[in-house]
Amino acid sequence: MNFKEQRDNFRSKKVSAKEAVKDSINKINNDDLNIFINIFDSEAIKKAEFIDNNFDKFKDAPLAGVPIAHKDIFCTKGLPTTCGSKMLENFVPPYDSTVIKNCNEAGSVILGKTNMDEFAMGSSNETSYFGPVSNPWNSDLVPGGSSGGAAACVAAGITSISTGTDTGGSIRQPAALCGITGLKPTYGLVSRWGMIAFCSSMDQAGPFSKDAFGCAALLDAMSSYDSKDSTSTKRPDKNFENLLTKDFGSLKIGVIKDINSFGINSDVMGAYETSKTVLSGLGHELKEVDFSELSSGICSYYVIAPAECSSNLSRFDGVKYGYRASDQKDISKLYMETRSEAFGDEVKKRILIGTHVLSAGFYDAYYLQAQKVRRMIKNKFEDVFKNVDLVFMPTTLDQAFEKNRESNDPNRMYKEDLLTIPANLAGLPAISFPNGFKNNLPIGGQFVGNYFSEDLLLTTTHKIQEVSDWHKMTP
Amino acid sequence: MAQNDTLIKGWQPVIGLEVHVQLMTNTKLFSPAKNKFGEDANTLVDLIDMGLPGVLPVLNEGAMKQGIKFGLATSAKIAKTMIFDRKNYFYPDLPKGYQITQLHYPIVKEGVVEVNNKKIRIHQAHLEEDAGKSMHDKYDNKSVIDLNRSGVPLLEIVSEPDIRSAREAVDYLKKIHQIITYLDISDGNMSQGSMRCDANISIMKPDAEAYGTRAEIKNINSFKFVEKAINFEIKRQIKLLENGGTVEQETRLYDAVKDETRSMRTKEFANDYRYFPCPDLVPTNISNELIEEVRKGMDELPEEKEARFRSEYNLGDYEAQVLCAEKSTANFYEEVCKVTDPILSAKWIIGEVNALLNKHDVSLNQSNINSKNFSNLILKITDGTISGKIAKEVLEEMWEEGSDPIEIIKSKGLEQISDEGELETIAQAVIDNNSSQVEAYKSGKDKLFGFFVGQVMKETQGKANPGAVNEILKKLLSN
Repeated sequence: MNFKEQRDNFRSKKVSAKEAVKDSINKINNDDLNIFINIFDSEAIKKAEFIDNNFDKFKDAPLAGVPIAHKDIFCTKGLPTTCGSKMLENFVPPYDSTVIKNCNEAGSVILGKTNMDEFAMGSSNETSYFGPVSNPWNSDLVPGGSSGGAAACVAAGITSISTGTDTGGSIRQPAALCGITGLKPTYGLVSRWGMIAFCSSMDQAGPFSKDAFGCAALLDAMSSYDSKDSTSTKRPDKNFENLLTKDFGSLKIGVIKDINSFGINSDVMGAYETSKTVLSGLGHELKEVDFSELSSGICSYYVIAPAECSSNLSRFDGVKYGYRASDQKDISKLYMETRSEAFGDEVKKRILIGTHVLSAGFYDAYYLQAQKVRRMIKNKFEDVFKNVDLVFMPTTLDQAFEKNRESNDPNRMYKEDLLTIPANLAGLPAISFPNGFKNNLPIGGQFVGNYFSEDLLLTTTHKIQEVSDWHKMTP
Repeated sequence: MAQNDTLIKGWQPVIGLEVHVQLMTNTKLFSPAKNKFGEDANTLVDLIDMGLPGVLPVLNEGAMKQGIKFGLATSAKIAKTMIFDRKNYFYPDLPKGYQITQLHYPIVKEGVVEVNNKKIRIHQAHLEEDAGKSMHDKYDNKSVIDLNRSGVPLLEIVSEPDIRSAREAVDYLKKIHQIITYLDISDGNMSQGSMRCDANISIMKPDAEAYGTRAEIKNINSFKFVEKAINFEIKRQIKLLENGGTVEQETRLYDAVKDETRSMRTKEFANDYRYFPCPDLVPTNISNELIEEVRKGMDELPEEKEARFRSEYNLGDYEAQVLCAEKSTANFYEEVCKVTDPILSAKWIIGEVNALLNKHDVSLNQSNINSKNFSNLILKITDGTISGKIAKEVLEEMWEEGSDPIEIIKSKGLEQISDEGELETIAQAVIDNNSSQVEAYKSGKDKLFGFFVGQVMKETQGKANPGAVNEILKKLLSN
């Protein structure tokens, strides 16, 4: 069942919120994909009863009576929030993040928190302290990451919507690998308050759903100007769901010249070429754009993101909350043992890289240089958007891959983010949607749009989904 | 460049100060928690001050305005855009593992203050957050942390190395103290830590081309200790260099009990703070409109007040300067002047009141003297009810008890005797009882006149009007 059907069933009183929640909980209990880190079943039933008892108040809310799963990176008041780490295994925040608060107010019922790469660092969901998530299409494969649990949750039909975060592709890549739709909004559209920081200048929360419709409704709920987040943008509110019916006319869609040279798998390229025909068929004009700088984004990203993470993760020191190494008598040993015992290898690696690139003597060569590349990519996008409305490209280089591939070749995992990272560096919105199947596995394509063009991204995707069935496939 | 009178054993001390000033704002620099001193531990703490996962800072514009005020008062450049950076280091009372401060784009740059007719340049003043407080002596085998101070806004004022002696350093510090208290941006209370000072000290030969290696003394918390610590450090460096040693670039601590500085951390072990722009805060633009708004709301600065006191109350340079040294004193004086003679009041404040303040080492607003009881005292001198001598006694009584001078004069019967008939009777009796002195006086010992005045005063317990006594004695003794 997709989001719209589920919400319609609630609004028409065909299915109560409580029944919907119970159905989801049953599915969770039968799940062997390791999608959830914590399940809040009794709280969910209570909340569903409350919504049912206040039907009139909630019936017109954007997420009325719909069960939802949240990535375990959003602080939930009184409910554990682990960020996929041993460090926060027993951490219970005393406050709700803005995303959680907004989704609660929009009438959704939180079922639990989904598995993720530790502190959102990873592209396969294998760095989670709570074990890897399996891809619903084939349990030997990864669902992608870092929001792997959230994407798998929707793909497996446990919920029709879930939230994720995208710092270098962590929504779009798992959406592509799991065959669902996922949107990374413009930096600043969704508040970061209460979202545990990885790379503050790129982290952005966004929606997952099978289709653009569900993403639009969830984005309506999630996004709000928030005075608690200085990088939150004050802008006139758009209703993305209503805008889905708007006719944006014939668009100029940029396709990247020589994209073959980026090392994209031929099946993914095949789906990409097919989608281009669909776009032309819908009356859009394809324009080739020269964007050879795209591939340098990855180098910039893997300097800036670790730099910021090395600072953001300093607060996890065993002093105030979270894990604390036992029997330490000396403060520096307490720090060292706590952090050595409670952070996983990938997190440690990135903290080390980040610490190095910010060190005296290396800052100019790495951090400053990376910022220049970032600026270059941003400027390039600005140029590109003078001539086209959207840029279209594959989301990933490959389809879902086998577990344990990465540990042998970390560079390959970093390279996996090649096509998603540029939008994060520039702060631009991008959406990934299923655009093909091969070997009984989904393939994703993505649009990158200009700042605050989420309506255009969602509506264009919605129109494609009106004439295609990729988003309706289920494992 | 080097002034010879500041040389010590042929060495020129070169000093720069970093002054941390806690700003008086309602809330903290980046959180809505109250900014207040002296509350119970950990009662003024927001999620942000605890550095919980997921929290974000939001700049307090009040603190920004305080910074602008300071810039305007020191003829400095106010940043068009200021940027906050993260200074990364681990410490238990630094919950986030980094301090948000300003490195390359501070709110204030290139200011200047005048100290004893010498210009001392301010390199920059930047906004940053204070850390919490670690306490190691409260419990056995346990350290505890109070986060009330975590996130309190600080303005760090960094001077150029323009200071040449410990004395000058203190005068500069007093000037900064005067400016921040005049601007009402801080209470400047050093003992409570709302003003703290780090001193960078090096020595050089007057003809040397480059400064010597400097040592930094951290966290000196009184004017007196600033002078002592710097003097100790200068002597230490001279001794080192003259014995063929070298000064190490290091951080030192001043031990007030032993009156010495001790090495805390050498350069080798210095932190690499890995500064980078704080991604949670966007660069903040400061518009000309905002600067003008702040300028309009600014109180009179010390120099402006002194000039006004000279013209409005006919005070000399010295009197105006002393009365304006502290804003609270200047305000007190102006209040008193509303009803009293400005010259006489100035004389009493500068002389007697200041003497008492210095003796007891308190400030005016901590004492029992207020503008109302002090005005009454001056009025009683002016209308001849009491003499200056008696007034001193009354003032002491006011200081001790806080009572009103009118009450004191009444209950102790201290009114001055000005009645000529009464005084003449007393004076005649003195003359009659001291015939030998009268004879000596009349034969040319003029100095004995004071003796007769003293005797009359003794008889009247000092209450006789001195002017009237003089007149009467002159008249009676010339007979």
